[in-house]
Amino acid sequence: MKKEFKVTPIQNGTVIDHITEGMALKVLKILHITGTGKSIVSVAMNVPSEKCEMKDIVKVEDRELEPRELDKIALIAPNATVSFIRDMEIVKKHRVNLPDMVDGILRCSNPNCISNKSEPVEYKAVVTNRDPLTLKCYYCDREQEDVVGNII
Amino acid sequence: MNFKSRNIVSIWDFTKDEVEFILDSAEEMVPIARGEETNTALSGKILATLFYEPSTRTRFSFESAMKRLGGSTVGFADPSGTSFKKGETLADTIKMVDAYSDVIVLRHPQEGSARLAAEFSSKPVINAGDGAGQHPTQTLLDLFTIRQAKGKIEGNKIVFVGDLKYGRTVHSLAYALSMFGPELNFVAPETLQMPKEVVEHVTACDTKVCSGNKLEDFINDADVVYVTRIQKERFPDEAEYQKVAHIYQIKNTLLQNVKDDLIIMHPLPRVDEIAPEVDKTPHARYFEQAFNGIPVRMALLKLVLGVS
Ligand SMILES: Nc1ncnc2c1ncn2[C@@H]1O[C@H](COP(=O)(O)OP(=O)(O)OP(=O)(O)O)[C@@H](O)[C@H]1O
Ligand SMILES: [Mg+2]
Ligand SMILES: [Zn+2]
Repeated sequence: MKKEFKVTPIQNGTVIDHITEGMALKVLKILHITGTGKSIVSVAMNVPSEKCEMKDIVKVEDRELEPRELDKIALIAPNATVSFIRDMEIVKKHRVNLPDMVDGILRCSNPNCISNKSEPVEYKAVVTNRDPLTLKCYYCDREQEDVVGNII
Repeated sequence: MNFKSRNIVSIWDFTKDEVEFILDSAEEMVPIARGEETNTALSGKILATLFYEPSTRTRFSFESAMKRLGGSTVGFADPSGTSFKKGETLADTIKMVDAYSDVIVLRHPQEGSARLAAEFSSKPVINAGDGAGQHPTQTLLDLFTIRQAKGKIEGNKIVFVGDLKYGRTVHSLAYALSMFGPELNFVAPETLQMPKEVVEHVTACDTKVCSGNKLEDFINDADVVYVTRIQKERFPDEAEYQKVAHIYQIKNTLLQNVKDDLIIMHPLPRVDEIAPEVDKTPHARYFEQAFNGIPVRMALLKLVLGVS
């Protein structure tokens, strides 16, 4: 079977496909991929997809993402799929999954929130709506503004 | 209904039935709160009052509530001289206080602090105001005051007037009222109107809502007028504040054609929103409202301590 690749096939690593159009760079931000590491990163934007929509794709060589990192992607690209590649073949593929409660991956957009002070707690937010995405801080109850900008 | 060990952090944590139950329990506390009956239900229990921000009314009424029931209190009224000033986290303070008391009342400038305190405490935490956040005991005493004066909450026409934008107490009260289905009227200058999400929420709860900016258009049909202070510190500059500063002033002349049983409420302290001459009319309820903080807080203390 012939495989067609928009970007170079990779030997080992992670492919994030079906990223909401225009979100590829934000996915990189969430994953703290700054281009200063050793692994090769390929980004394809505005790729036509089977469903006639546009999508972005990110491929990261030699790195398999952790579930916690996958949750972060779901915040901005709810339809993304993640495939782990070993020896050119897909060994595992998941759809990212936004949990009902998101923890640790954001900071509260309310500067007066106790979770932004030096208390020994991780930020927690409740997902109050999935489409469009709305989050509410578990501590201060405020609806979160600029979710992407507050990803840590 | 079991309230033992529950935290009182936000009015959202309670159903309508639970709110009614708390109000019923508060009703029973009134003679004790007035000192007409004595009671020792909470004898041997210790309330810790941690006030990181000044408050007279709320702190006194919690202390009075605890003492009326035979309990005692420890705590501080402002954080200077405490380990907070030395940089101790709230989490650490709570863990320490947890070992010294049976129930904790917290007022703190940061929003969400009561929720955080509850995570670190094995004893029930009662939120006495967290910055611009929640103040559930105020909401409960407001509901209590309306129910006491009117016999029930539903069916009343309730007018909110003043700063409806910034005051979160007003938002919580509007949400809580929407559980009971009264009619709500929001009277404020455009720049201080009730936020859209609050209006949407209460409307979704089948509450009839009407908004405007002239109190005269609403007051003659009202059963309850809830007045709030327009707070200077909320405004970006003096000029903006001056535009709206003294626009609502309730005087006897404004009350000429109101319903006989109209009640006027205010969370206090007031500035000039209600003229002192109104105090002597049968409409003034704000001092009773302040007193009602005691029976409501007595009921809550008993409930969360599991003492009947
Ligand atoms: N060795 C590889 N190197 C780089 N990318 C790969 C490799 N193998 C698969 N991919 C990419 O991983 C993604 C998922 O592959 P898969 O074969 O499951 O795609 P698909 O059949 O189109 O499924 P989907 O419905 O998720 O689009 C695709 O974007 C594919 O191009
Ligand atoms: Mg495909
Ligand atoms: Zn928050």
